[in-house]
This record gives sequence, C-alpha cells and structure tokens, in this order.
Amino acid sequence: MLRIECPCCGLRDQDEFRYGGDASVTRPGHDDPDPEAWYRYVYVRANPAGLHREFWQHVIGCRQWLMVERDTRNHAIASVAFARKAPAKKSFTQTSLAQKSLTKKSPVRKSTA
Amino acid sequence: MARYSAFSIFRNALSGQKDWQRAWRAAEPKPSYDVVIIGGGGHGLATAFYLAENHGIRNVAVLEKGYIGGGNVGRNTTVIRSNYLLDGNTQFYEFSMKLWEGMSRALNFNVMFSQRGQLVTAHSADQLDGFSHRANIMRLNGIDADILDRDEVRRLVPYLDFSDTARFPIHGAIFQGRAGTARHDAVAWGYARAADGHGVDIIQNCEVTGFVRDGDRIVGVETTKGRIGAGKVGLAVAGHTSVLGAKAGLELPIESHVLQAFVTEPLKPLVDHVVAYGADHFYVSQSDKGGLVFGGNLDGYNSYAQRGNLGVVREVAEAAIALMPCISRIRLLRHWGGVMDMTPDASPIICPTPIEGLYLNGGWCYGGFKATPASGWCFAHTIATGKPHPLVAAYGLDRFRTGRALDEAGAGPSAWLQ
Repeated sequence: MLRIECPCCGLRDQDEFRYGGDASVTRPGHDDPDPEAWYRYVYVRANPAGLHREFWQHVIGCRQWLMVERDTRNHAIASVAFARKAPAKKSFTQTSLAQKSLTKKSPVRKSTA
Repeated sequence: MARYSAFSIFRNALSGQKDWQRAWRAAEPKPSYDVVIIGGGGHGLATAFYLAENHGIRNVAVLEKGYIGGGNVGRNTTVIRSNYLLDGNTQFYEFSMKLWEGMSRALNFNVMFSQRGQLVTAHSADQLDGFSHRANIMRLNGIDADILDRDEVRRLVPYLDFSDTARFPIHGAIFQGRAGTARHDAVAWGYARAADGHGVDIIQNCEVTGFVRDGDRIVGVETTKGRIGAGKVGLAVAGHTSVLGAKAGLELPIESHVLQAFVTEPLKPLVDHVVAYGADHFYVSQSDKGGLVFGGNLDGYNSYAQRGNLGVVREVAEAAIALMPCISRIRLLRHWGGVMDMTPDASPIICPTPIEGLYLNGGWCYGGFKATPASGWCFAHTIATGKPHPLVAAYGLDRFRTGRALDEAGAGPSAWLQ
C-alpha cells in the first residue's frame, strides 16, 4: 500500500487519494488553436521508468490536489507538495461576481478579497 | 524439428524419455538479420513465426531480455474471447479467435485451447439492452453470441449469488460459447518452437539498449550481446514500449500500469466457464489444476513494478464475494502483477512508425493474450509489406491525432481509467 505524506493532513494511506495522472504535461492556453498542442497535452506521455511527477487528490481528507514525485519502478516517493503553484487571482473571486450582479447600476466595487 | 505426436510419446517412452530434442535452439546472435523482433513474448514470437510461415522471411531474430514467456504472456488470466463492439476491434479479435481454433494443429503443439464459453452478467434491464446491442453486432459479423435471461444464467452457473440479498441481482448475461482459455506458457513455447523450426533465432537474455541509425533510418540494435544489424526492426515489448520507444525517439500515447492476477488453492471442478461480473471488475475461470484464476482492475497509477498493491487485492476479493459468496473461505495461493501498456482508448497499436525501418506493436492494455495469433499475423504482414494489414488499419498511431480513437469502453483519454 502506498502512503502519501499530505502536506496538510500528514502521512495517509493511498486509499484516501484519487490519482490524477501525469503532472509534467502543461495545458495549452484556453484559446490556443493549435490541434497539435492539444493532442500532446491530452495524449502524449513520457511514461518514464523512474521518477514520475503526478497529481493526487486527497479526496477523503483535505481535498487538496497534490503534486507527488514517485519512482514508478519501486513506488518510493521523493517529494509531495501542493499542486497549486500560486494563490488564486484576486480579481475574479465569487464575491466580486456576486457584487457585480447585485449592483448593476452602481459602479462595480473592486474586490477586497 | 521432430514432430510431436502420440507415436512420438510412445516411442520416447520405450527409450526412457532420453531422446527428446530441445524445443528450440539456444541461438547466439548473427551479425545481422533481415528482421529483428524485440520482445520474446507471445506477440514477438508469433510475429517471427508468421514472418517465416506467411512471408518466407526466415532470416529473423527474436531478442528477449529475460526468458521466453517470462513477461505478460506468462502473467495473464488466459481468457480468449471475441465479444468486441467497435468496427476494427470486432473483426480483428474474431480473426484471432479463428487462429486460436487451429493453433495447436498449426504449431504442432498442444496449447490446450478450451472453448468453455464466457459469460458476462448483466445487473439491470439497461445493461442487458447494452449487451443485446453488442450481441447483435457480433452476430452481424458472424460471431456467436447469446443473450441469457436470469433463469438461463442460473441453470448455467448456479453457484453465483441468486439470493434475495445479492448486492447487485443478476438480470441476465451475454454468452459467447466459443470463448475460453488456453495454456499461456504453451502459446509462447509453441510459437518459439515453430518459429525455430523455420530457422528463426530466439536469443534469450539479450536486452536491447539502443538503436543503430543510418541517417533517419534504423539499421540495427545495440544489445547486451553486442550490435546486431537489421533490415527492419519490430518492437513487441508491451509494458515497456515507452522505454524502448524513447530510445528510438518515438513519442507515444502510452502509460504503463500494473494489472494483478490471482490464483486460489485447488478445488474440485466448480467454474466450468469463464465468468465476468458485469457490476464490478472481476473475471474468473478454473485452471486444469483446480485453482480459480481471476483478476480485476488496474492498480490505477503509473507503474513498472511487476507487483501489485494490497488495496486492489481487497477490492477484487470484495467483487468476488459479491458475485460468488461460495468462495468466501477459499485461500489465495498466489497473486502477481504484469506491466500493461495502457493507451488512451484501450485499443492496441500495430503500425509502421514515422521512423524508417521501425515497426510498432504495443498498447495491448489488459487484452493482449487473446490477440496473440492475430497480432503476430498482422504485425508480420505490416513488417513484410511496409503497410498495415487491413485488419489493423484502425490501430494506427495517428488515430489519436486525427480523432479516430477506438474507445471500446467509452472511458475517455485517461489511460488509468480505461
């Protein structure tokens, strides 16, 4: 049984996690019209016999997405970190959207979130 | 090559069993071959046999990094069926079934092909409708298929859970009478012996470490036994296709995953067919020694380790007991893992590659064993002629780029969910 050291919850059984696949591929920009870029993102995998960077979600725990480096030959885990690289952008929070819809006539306030 | 027959058994019995020949030579590599097949599993050996048998190409070597039959051909649950839904798959697997039916005779080697029939249980009217759709497609392609109602299933396999407390009550089943099992090691040995009889060199303990190029073309392989020249190179190393593909410079839509298989202590005859559970992932047959041979889902994360995870052992046991409560007290004898090439649509890849001189056979997911003869037949054709055999036209590497994925399960492009 794999055990993953969740940065939030500590060492937990793999049963608590959901696999999210190869974390080394990068999603093309949403407006990227190049089918080749999307083909590579969706299908092409390096599939190394060795260290593999991959996503796991701690579904029965903190529900955070994690980025794990694991050796595919012996399952030794080299590192675990939160998958989010930067904090969410502040200009597009739910609060600001809600305020936008509620105060149609008044000028939109800038989010204070 | 001396033919095996009832008479040869009788004659060797009289001489104390001392005069049997080796089934194949322990060949050492020649400097070069017309075709080098990498991978001495079922598919590689079958390819070498059909290259010689169908195309007259006998200057062939099969390179195996371990021993013949030590990979997935010796690790599967030996189920053979041709109950596929999608055009491209349906015809290919039925062709394979026909080759299985004549294999022991063609190879002069008893592969113990047993057409005991396979059924998949249905657990709702909707699921049975889906099976009827599949059965109709099979029949339209000349393949035998029957839809059974609950009572018919009960007469056939009374040991399943037909009680009022069954977790998923059995509604019916789809049945293919010609499906069955075969002795998997015998398939590897039979093809090895028959290929050797045609002059093919089978070179064991010979790992390919790289490719030799002349410009853009591949003209040979570097191995642990030295450089071997090749007019053409065929890759048949399912499980490790990405590793060797990367050495050749191929980018592949493949992930390697572990699938486990299990065998219990021997029992008296109980399971007369191959039974698959339609409400979960579990399939079982009984070996000639009496052990129940069964399997379930992938472990679910990329792996090159030929061993599995206990979590899946528990899941498979749960599914087994839900379908067959009568085996709840049986002890597990062994379980093991094999490394699968998982493609994003769970269909295989047999095709020439963008690299001249290199041909690819891989991506068999969890269904490679049943495909062994047809895979060898069609891959040999592809190598010999340079063009895909019509039966594998849908198995090209470019199908993902062009939107022609053959997603039998409709599971989407995440390989580990297929």
